[in-house]
Amino acid sequence: MSAHLKQDAPVTDNRLDDMKQGVLGTATSRVEGLLKVTGTAPYAAEYPIDGCAEGVLVTSTIAKGEVTAIDEDSVLSMPGVIAVIDHPSLTARPAQGTAGEAPAQPARKVGYFGQPVAVVVAESFEQARDAAKQLKVTYRADDDVAFDPEAVDAEAQDGATSQGDLAHAMKEASASVDVTYRTEGHSSAAMEPHAAIAQWDGDTLTVHASLQMLNYNISELADSLGLDEGKVRLIARYVGGGFGSKLGISEETVAASVAAMRLDRPVRVVMSRQQVLQCIMRRSETRQRFRLAAGADGKLTGFGHEARVSNLPGESFAEPVLQSSHFLYAGENRELSMEVARIHRMTAGSVRAPGEAVGMPALECAMDMLAEELALDPVELRLRNIPEKHPASGLPFSSHKLAECLQQGAEAFGWDSGPRTPRHTREGEWWIGTGMASAARVHNVGEAKARVTLKADGTALVETDMTDIGTGTYTILAQLVGEMLGLPIDDVLVELGDTRHPRGPGSGGSWGAASIGSAAYLACKALRETLAERAGMTETDLALRDGGVVGGASLEELLNGETLVEEGHYEPGDVTDDYTAAGYGAFFARVRVNRFTGETRMEHMLGAFGFGRVLNTRTARSQCIGGMTWSIGAALTEAMLFDPVDGHLANCDLAEYHVPVNRDVPDLDVLFVEERDGVASPIQAKGIGELGMCGGAGAIANAIYNACGARVLDFPMTPDRVLAAMPD
Amino acid sequence: MSSENRVTINGEAHPLPDDPRVSLLDMLRHNLGLTGTKKGCDHGQCGACTVMVNGVRINSCLTLAVMHDGDEVTTIEGLGTAEEPSALQQAFVDHDAYQCGYCTPGQICSATAMLEEIANGWPSDASENLDGTMKPSAEEIRERMSGNICRCGAYANILAAITEVASGEPA
Amino acid sequence: MRPFDYQRADSRDHAGQLTAGEHAQAIAGGTNLLDLMKLQVETPQTLVDINRLGHREIEDRDDGGMWIGALATNTETAVHPRVRSDYPVLARAILAGATQQLRNRATTGGNLCQRTRCYYFTNIDQPCNKREPGSGCGAIEGIAKLHAVLGASSQCIATYPGDMAVAMSALDAQVEIAGADGGTRTVPVRDFHRLPGDTPWKDNVLEPGDLITGVTLPPPVKGRQLYRKVRERSSYAFALCSVAAIVAMDGDTIARADLAFGGLAHKPWHDPEVGQVLIGQKPGADLFNRAADVLLRDARGYGENDFKIPLARRTLAAVLAEATGVEL
Repeated sequence: MSAHLKQDAPVTDNRLDDMKQGVLGTATSRVEGLLKVTGTAPYAAEYPIDGCAEGVLVTSTIAKGEVTAIDEDSVLSMPGVIAVIDHPSLTARPAQGTAGEAPAQPARKVGYFGQPVAVVVAESFEQARDAAKQLKVTYRADDDVAFDPEAVDAEAQDGATSQGDLAHAMKEASASVDVTYRTEGHSSAAMEPHAAIAQWDGDTLTVHASLQMLNYNISELADSLGLDEGKVRLIARYVGGGFGSKLGISEETVAASVAAMRLDRPVRVVMSRQQVLQCIMRRSETRQRFRLAAGADGKLTGFGHEARVSNLPGESFAEPVLQSSHFLYAGENRELSMEVARIHRMTAGSVRAPGEAVGMPALECAMDMLAEELALDPVELRLRNIPEKHPASGLPFSSHKLAECLQQGAEAFGWDSGPRTPRHTREGEWWIGTGMASAARVHNVGEAKARVTLKADGTALVETDMTDIGTGTYTILAQLVGEMLGLPIDDVLVELGDTRHPRGPGSGGSWGAASIGSAAYLACKALRETLAERAGMTETDLALRDGGVVGGASLEELLNGETLVEEGHYEPGDVTDDYTAAGYGAFFARVRVNRFTGETRMEHMLGAFGFGRVLNTRTARSQCIGGMTWSIGAALTEAMLFDPVDGHLANCDLAEYHVPVNRDVPDLDVLFVEERDGVASPIQAKGIGELGMCGGAGAIANAIYNACGARVLDFPMTPDRVLAAMPD
Repeated sequence: MSSENRVTINGEAHPLPDDPRVSLLDMLRHNLGLTGTKKGCDHGQCGACTVMVNGVRINSCLTLAVMHDGDEVTTIEGLGTAEEPSALQQAFVDHDAYQCGYCTPGQICSATAMLEEIANGWPSDASENLDGTMKPSAEEIRERMSGNICRCGAYANILAAITEVASGEPA
Repeated sequence: MRPFDYQRADSRDHAGQLTAGEHAQAIAGGTNLLDLMKLQVETPQTLVDINRLGHREIEDRDDGGMWIGALATNTETAVHPRVRSDYPVLARAILAGATQQLRNRATTGGNLCQRTRCYYFTNIDQPCNKREPGSGCGAIEGIAKLHAVLGASSQCIATYPGDMAVAMSALDAQVEIAGADGGTRTVPVRDFHRLPGDTPWKDNVLEPGDLITGVTLPPPVKGRQLYRKVRERSSYAFALCSVAAIVAMDGDTIARADLAFGGLAHKPWHDPEVGQVLIGQKPGADLFNRAADVLLRDARGYGENDFKIPLARRTLAAVLAEATGVEL
């Protein structure tokens, strides 16, 4: 049986609050935790499969053009080499998130330096790795190739806002800011490199892969290979981080599949770390101009945010840096627009919190400058500019906790609302300062199905192809189902990451928990109807705890030897058109900046967030501190460095692409602001995977300015940039 | 085969691979199926492959298996099991000191050796004094664990887990 | 990684014979060599494992100095009680480099021979005169953030990336080298690394068949010993600029100033004239600036690394202020 809901209206009954098990919303340890800490949770490349050959990708040494010849003989005589696969099905780029169709093919057509063009298969990894380097590939390189996003014409993006007269508002303003920020490209750099093992039995393809959205990935892979979806099975039970880089299938999954089908034996392809950096999605660099106009009362009268980002020709994705700017602050005169430069760097796509990750920090720096112009506490400036409704569309907000986050965060942090003159505190070589920023991230949901089986023994099984990429899906589903059915979580088994199960929403855009949780909720609600009927009461009166009706029959008794199965099916509906829904928050940071060297070190960071119902305080907090750690990377260290001559990524390893290390991260505090958002989902939850980095880098940048007086206009704020902006 | 051509892994002797190019990491993962040790970068830049060789933590990706005859290697599989986890393994669960879990075995191997290094009085870049007793302070643990990258950003929880084990008190 | 013949040397002579061949290389810790072999930047046909040769001892010398064996790990050196007490600049420099896991494998000899981190050197799809003589330098017109501002050439602007040798340069340590001919010679660390000139592929003075056997530290001197490393991350990052300093005061004037710099050149940079500016003078901002003027008199940036010139000046000032107890 199935229970379906297309959400056309808010769901405000908050039924989960009526449940009696008391497991949802608690600090529950991950159900798969012991497997992870003992190294026994298997990731994509780790399945022992007899006769598995090893494939290594060969990557291009030009940025644009075509492979004209591949000299297979240059490697086929090497020991152990089985084949060079250069098949038209090989893909040249990763699929964008939710694409659901094959990415660019064939791989012979080159669009960026480091693009996979072939795969060499050998008996051992060592043999394949060497042969892939030795393979002689001839190219015809095009001359008309652009690498610099500032040196080409750009295409305007749809969705611009032009309202009132911003230029006039700027002229009339009591205080105004007109400033341009730049941010550099980011790499997801998930710890598990992209990997796949493909097995072909002559009819069906089974692939263990490291992917976030199997529900779309299966279509992408099937389409790439010209197979029927029914002939493809994808498995991703454990995924070693995604952050957007595994939303769509990448080159290794298709390469392993093509090789397995052509060679009739299992093939494993794992990208090297350098290949991950060179061919997986980057976050585009951005240039962002802000024009903010305010009256003497500190209220915005004008709001302008114009951005340039880049991507390869033919890619529809454009880093949506304006996403939250559209509704975060008031201002009746508005100009928001974006353009895309077409250049030949690797595909730009989703990297954790696409848009707000770089748009919000820059906006929040501009707001800091405006607060300074107005001589107003920056927290107060934000509070005065929270709009009543969407400032352009006029839609109501579903629920809005920005003010509470600002106020509660400021109090917990010990924010000093007094005058903010830079260089107020010095300790030896270090200037110490504080900064803050708002957080905002649009809320998304996706269609989701989950099957919940209530077995005769009174235990439950949850099945969906949804993934857990470290976000806590296994655990929150066990909690949610346990809460609804009155079961301790040990009695709920969750099986994820297999396309044989009902389609989930996939992990991405912070929508996983709200979407798949809603599907599981609907299935459980249907199960409760049946149980209530058997217990002789209404579903709303049915109180379940610890495997039975409170003060009544056990589940086992109610089931009487039967197994009950329900498939929950959640679909986003019209409600998404009627409201503006987003998660909100506030960041507060304290940093020290070295007077001599310009090095910035974090002292403390606090985030206060409102994102609807908290399903698990422990894993939700982890998502927040993860986002805040990314904020530190975005603020201080992370930058993709592209060669101006041939467009290759120069710093293509983890020694030189600087993700934060343990010592970069100070004490982090997280505050949850209680909220139920019935528009967001039937379980009143919103996303939290990305909100923690939507503005955080701005708080750090503002703290750098407050510490030492350096108003750096480029992220990341490395010592060279801080020194260049530091007053004498 | 003489013991000269064997490496002991978690107490069990194994022959060395024929191809000298096989790293200790790839021997563990490919040849022996000990996939608890992870490959994150293969160049000593992430720490996911950390194991202990003769009690000392190293990056197993940057050493050849053939160089280790007669050595004793301890991997994550040798530290504990789901039924009997080590104190650090349990603390990582209790403090949610991971998210995706991929860097986790390396973090735990590294932390296991790190606590021993502190007990032995080895200084670090964060040590105010090079001499004397070393304390597992937050700053010391952060510096000493900086060779293990966690992209999910669980560092604050990793610190809490290690601190609990180091201090013997709930953090 | 290309196939190679793995040989284990059982004596110094044996090692010398094995490594004298054109395509032979010695491996100790392997933390740098294997990294580069995987990238096919290094492609030895014979790999000579020298780990069982001994040379791991760290000992006192009769003159009060110390001997650090070539195969002593970086950790063993940094935690040695006498290194900590008498040569803290060396312990500090080692601890500022890499990670504990890497220091546990990396050796004295290997670390002296550490190759550059230049992005173009480590990528065989790019031009690099150091890796492939005559192919050009990708960094000069490319991404040069890591690169040299002192002593570079039109052929190569790479930097020596290590920390340990910078401290050894400040200490005026001596490298002992066993030649393939059975003889032994001693080279000051200050002369061990070369400038790139027209032969950037030669990082140092070693010839085929040469093996470093150890490093001698001179008797300890009075004074404060500091190692300051400026880097983009708090840990686990190469130096943008580093300073090793041994500074002694005599009353209110500077009596000794042995300085070496990392991250600025193809070798640990030691310029005796910098110390001469300081000696006999009262410490202060002007003096430190004059020392920096001398240090940087021939400095040249390549765009992206221009910042290293003011950074070196400021870092030197910070180190000298700390060493002399002057407030700037």
